[in-house]
Amino acid sequence: MSAQPDLLYSEEEEALRAAVRDLLTDHCDPAGVIARTESDTPHDLPLWKTLADSMGLAGLLVPESLGGQGATHREAAVVLEELGRAVAPVPYLTSAVVATEALLACGADDLLTELASATTVAALAVGLHVSPEGAVPHVRLENGALRGELTGIADAAVADVLLVPADDGGLYAVRTADAAVTVTPQVSLDLTRSVARVRLDGAAGPRLGDAGPAVRRALRSGAGLLASEQLGLADWLLTETVRYLKERKQFNRQVGGFQALKHRLARLWLEVAGLRAAARNAADALVTGADTDVAVAVAQAYAAHVAVRAAEEALQLHGGIGMTWEHPVHLYLKRAKADSIAYGTPGAHREALAEAVDLRAP
Amino acid sequence: MTDAAHLRRRTEELLAAHPPATTDRLDFLRARFDAGLAWVHFPQGLGGLGVPRSLQAVVDAELAAAGAPDNDPRRIGIGLGMAAPTILQYGTEEQKSRLLRPLWTGEEVWCQLFSEPGAGSDLAALGTRAVRDGEDWVVNGQKVWTSSAHLARWAILIARTDPDLPKHKGITYFLCDMTDPGVEVRPLRQITGEAEFNEVFLTDVRIPDAMRLGEVGDGWRVAQTTLNNERVAIGGTAVPREGGMIGKIAATWRERPDLRTHDLHQRLLGLWVEAEVARLTGVRLRQQLVAGQPGPEGAGMKLNFARLNQEISGLEVELLGEQGLLYDDWTMRRPELVDFTGRDAGYRYLRSKGNSIEGGTSEVLLNIVAERVLGLPAEPRTDKDVAWKDLAR
Repeated sequence: MSAQPDLLYSEEEEALRAAVRDLLTDHCDPAGVIARTESDTPHDLPLWKTLADSMGLAGLLVPESLGGQGATHREAAVVLEELGRAVAPVPYLTSAVVATEALLACGADDLLTELASATTVAALAVGLHVSPEGAVPHVRLENGALRGELTGIADAAVADVLLVPADDGGLYAVRTADAAVTVTPQVSLDLTRSVARVRLDGAAGPRLGDAGPAVRRALRSGAGLLASEQLGLADWLLTETVRYLKERKQFNRQVGGFQALKHRLARLWLEVAGLRAAARNAADALVTGADTDVAVAVAQAYAAHVAVRAAEEALQLHGGIGMTWEHPVHLYLKRAKADSIAYGTPGAHREALAEAVDLRAP
Repeated sequence: MTDAAHLRRRTEELLAAHPPATTDRLDFLRARFDAGLAWVHFPQGLGGLGVPRSLQAVVDAELAAAGAPDNDPRRIGIGLGMAAPTILQYGTEEQKSRLLRPLWTGEEVWCQLFSEPGAGSDLAALGTRAVRDGEDWVVNGQKVWTSSAHLARWAILIARTDPDLPKHKGITYFLCDMTDPGVEVRPLRQITGEAEFNEVFLTDVRIPDAMRLGEVGDGWRVAQTTLNNERVAIGGTAVPREGGMIGKIAATWRERPDLRTHDLHQRLLGLWVEAEVARLTGVRLRQQLVAGQPGPEGAGMKLNFARLNQEISGLEVELLGEQGLLYDDWTMRRPELVDFTGRDAGYRYLRSKGNSIEGGTSEVLLNIVAERVLGLPAEPRTDKDVAWKDLAR
């Protein structure tokens, strides 16, 4: 802990942010996202292809030698801030971060090349709620074929490849095109990152490596970078609520001039500023490897409350319009609430922290 | 030669000419000031060399390594943090050359005569009067919450010089000699039992016009320099992980397994996370300052600091159980320093109640964040165009 983490954004990171934001402004407006949630294709694969083709985001964490960008978690975090701001329904976190980390841990170069080119979307077949230290459900390996059911798998509905932990301790790559694989969407709280049930009836696929360390690494990166998505959600919610309260007039004055509301927004701003520091710290620690477990646990123990509260405050302060299906604030509330469970609840991360910093339970 | 190398060489020359081991402490500090190594961003001749403030670290590191004495900055924080930057910005050449050297060496302690019983959050409503009499001003009034007044040689003072103008416009800033016979300092005992602060009664105190800082009627603007520096001083110091109060309760938790309950554990972990996030926010703020992109986070640092101190110390008293029923010492004392970690949890609990009041209440700071950072509408100002003498009081 001698070296200070770099908690700022570099010029390159700001340029990446601007490019992603421009693209999302053009291709991912709130009305479009709401309409898509009720269509047959809640995931926006055309947008995903655009992000991948024009900016190489699908392979941001993949080494250049495998066709990726060879960037770091710091850049991925900036992308997630922007995707969070837009509640973009694309499999970036699940495929380009979590599944990619598992594949990197296994040295699965061929699949990494496929992912980097965005011809393939992958999902780690571990329930979205599982924390980096949590118990990982698995399927059975019987005579070389995989059998069993896994639930709560985020973005499985658009995955071409599932990375499946089996009871022999291995991590297997299974193609969803395989007739022995059934993916059934579950009706999900989060309309823009739905989960699905995966059923394997004798599916076959290569063993990529040991599931234990690969899954842990994937979930830890997922948890650490999720904080940046949560920051993006909270930042949009605060900005949009402040904008609305300057515009909305009641009692012959701007609603944002009432001190009761000003103080609530000022407190929220303070929490968002804290989340920014914690999220940058987690992203930087994932790059440097210094103090990573503590940095990730701190960010995740803090972020959920901020993102959820930002959404709840936004809804309340928008008044009746915030309660309508038409206004996008519900997309953010649903994402923020689901994110508070994703990769471990704040309580699970506090528990991990209790061990890591020697503040043990009674 | 780079600035850093130049500073290192000058520091070595200072150390060679005045070896700390054999030099009187004050002599060393005066020599350091005269060498321009006191605050390097100040101008030459006033304890500095006119180089960037960030280079002070180069000098401090060299001097610390050589075991040189320092000027005990915590004891003279008001002088260093508030009076000095204001005198530097608005002072005459005579004021700067007379006052800054003994201020920096600590030979002359400074205090701040701003708040009044009738002017707290609404400081600009202050009523202490200064009336011109020949070459002097004659000052009458009462100030309060003045730390170090009983030790101070000088005070920064704001007083009303024109009650017929609206409140912000009729204020003038003075440098007040605390040895004037009209200055009476009385200790103000607090809920902790001790008297960190004073009440200061000013009765026909004579201040020469040469000790006015800035123009007549411009005191509010001058005071902004002082107040901005105060908030930086209160919320902006660097701390390591578990620095401050969270470190005390964490140590108790580790040493006393018998006190642990599940409820206390959850609350402790929650506050530990918040304290760590507040610390990281401060780290980020300083990185922004160093990179020349000051962020608005500074406005919120003191809000965090106040709330966390109060919640953590409150939890600590509860954690201690039977011992939490006790208090270390109610004796009326006059401490020179506020030491949050040197006393028991009960003291921390009581003293931290002041953190959300002193240096701008949390409610006022929330207004500042809402208006200056978020751009929300300002509070209605019914007093803006009213003469001070006609305000409700």
